[in-house]
Amino acid sequence: MATPILEFFNVNFIYHTISSETLSLKDISFKLDKNEFISFVGPSGCGKTTLLNMVAGLISSTSGEIHLNGIPIENSDTNVGYMLQKDHLLEWRTIYKNLTLGLEIQHKLDQHHLDMIDDLLKTYGLWDFRNSYPRQLSGGMRQRAALIRTLVLSPEILLLDEPFSALDYQTRLNVSNDIGSIIKEKGISTLLVTHDLAEAISMSDRVIVLTKRPGTIKSIIPLHFATPGLTPKTRRNAPEFTKYYNEIWEAVHDENEDFD
Amino acid sequence: MKTKTSTNQEKNTKSNDAATLFKYNQKKTNQNDTRNTSGKSTSSEQEPPSPGQLAYVRSIKRNKNMIRLLQLFILIAFLSLWEVAAHYNWINDFIFCSPSKLYSTFLDMMKDGSLPHHIGITLYETLVGFAIVTFGSLLVAILFWWNTTLSKVFEPYLVMLNALPKSALAPVLIVWLGANQTTIIVCACSVAIFGSILNIYTGFASLDNDKLKLIETLKGNRFHCLRMVVLPSNVPNILSIMKVNIGLCLVGVVIGEFLAAKEGLGYLIIYGSQTFKMSNVLLSILILCAIAMLLYMILQRIERKLSEYF
Repeated sequence: MATPILEFFNVNFIYHTISSETLSLKDISFKLDKNEFISFVGPSGCGKTTLLNMVAGLISSTSGEIHLNGIPIENSDTNVGYMLQKDHLLEWRTIYKNLTLGLEIQHKLDQHHLDMIDDLLKTYGLWDFRNSYPRQLSGGMRQRAALIRTLVLSPEILLLDEPFSALDYQTRLNVSNDIGSIIKEKGISTLLVTHDLAEAISMSDRVIVLTKRPGTIKSIIPLHFATPGLTPKTRRNAPEFTKYYNEIWEAVHDENEDFD
Repeated sequence: MKTKTSTNQEKNTKSNDAATLFKYNQKKTNQNDTRNTSGKSTSSEQEPPSPGQLAYVRSIKRNKNMIRLLQLFILIAFLSLWEVAAHYNWINDFIFCSPSKLYSTFLDMMKDGSLPHHIGITLYETLVGFAIVTFGSLLVAILFWWNTTLSKVFEPYLVMLNALPKSALAPVLIVWLGANQTTIIVCACSVAIFGSILNIYTGFASLDNDKLKLIETLKGNRFHCLRMVVLPSNVPNILSIMKVNIGLCLVGVVIGEFLAAKEGLGYLIIYGSQTFKMSNVLLSILILCAIAMLLYMILQRIERKLSEYF
């Protein structure tokens, strides 16, 4: 068995404020295999975003270890891509200039990467809009542009923090279908954080349910669909979908009930 | 609308012109549809505007013209009344002067070159002060953004200095720095710089943190954040602060010239009032009005040009 691309070993995270300290994540251990797609669901405030921030290297865990490709995260040079809740395209740059942002920062503005941007723009239907400004694009197109901005840096792991929550329902179905298919096709290992159980089931290989604060892993649910090669959209009509939905809904609902 | 065009088409099935026209119109609307998705509405350019649209545009234009006309009327009425009142001795034209006297003074002073000289001096001092204020406050605001502890340490001092009436500082500056041009420029800076720093820094600090997080996730450092997000997103804010600053710098220069100058419009005002050359005083004030207006308008034009990009 190859080394998993990402491993958490008993990770805890505590954050401090003037008035108190809060244990936000407790004893988190899991593995993300190559090409695997894992979704995290759970009540709000259970530390889902904190978890992604740790993988992105924006914050360090209080205790425990995180390994990328078998190497502790502090010494790792694994490329991690992060898509935030909003697209955060910079309004004063054209779409093209927005896509080169990461390349500019990392001094990778070479022909190889520029060709890659051209290809991605053409593949994902944004070629005609490369010289437009973000405000001229629809929400779905903006989100796709944000994905391309991440993809040109060739990430081995992709982190998605509720990337569709700012979109209306119809667009959300389409964009999650598009982006889900793109990720599958490219075979990028992905962590998705979401409130939308249906979204989690339609896109993932496994769903991890977190408990309310302090967030611990309540259950890990592997998803198996009888028909191979389903897209996120067609998965929603598969017979297994409802079964998984109910199972995960029960698990999350228990957590939310304690809140009330 | 649709039924109408189709009946039209039926009526003119034999007429090729009508048919091609119909096709042409249809093509145009299709083009409009595709363009609209790109966010650029070009329909107003493509189709002849309706009578209602024309009437609306005309009413807007008429209103605009009327405003201009009234503005001009007020100016002319004021000047005529002033002239007439001085002519018939309703007011004392030695104290109140008159437009015709101002005009002849203006011509005289232009001829002997003294007026362009004074205007040049005041303009020069204002622009140097403005440049120092702009770059200085930008630099300090960046420093404060870089190190928030520093900004917290200095904040109460800045608030205090900003609230202080700067004309109180001018006499002190003269004693410390001497009665020279440096003093006047420092005086101009002192009026504008503290407020400018506070306002620019507030703009920097109120930035959406997620935008900075984005740069961080792309492995950018703080310098990238500054160059790619903080500065460009604050261009509109900085420009509107600059518009205020240019006026404040002019105020500072005139205060300075009142107390410490041998030339410049401020000097001309003080000297004129002391020697009862009221035409000099009023002319200088009028020119100051024009300068303030002009500088403001230049910045406004730059702002409008840049607002297309930011």
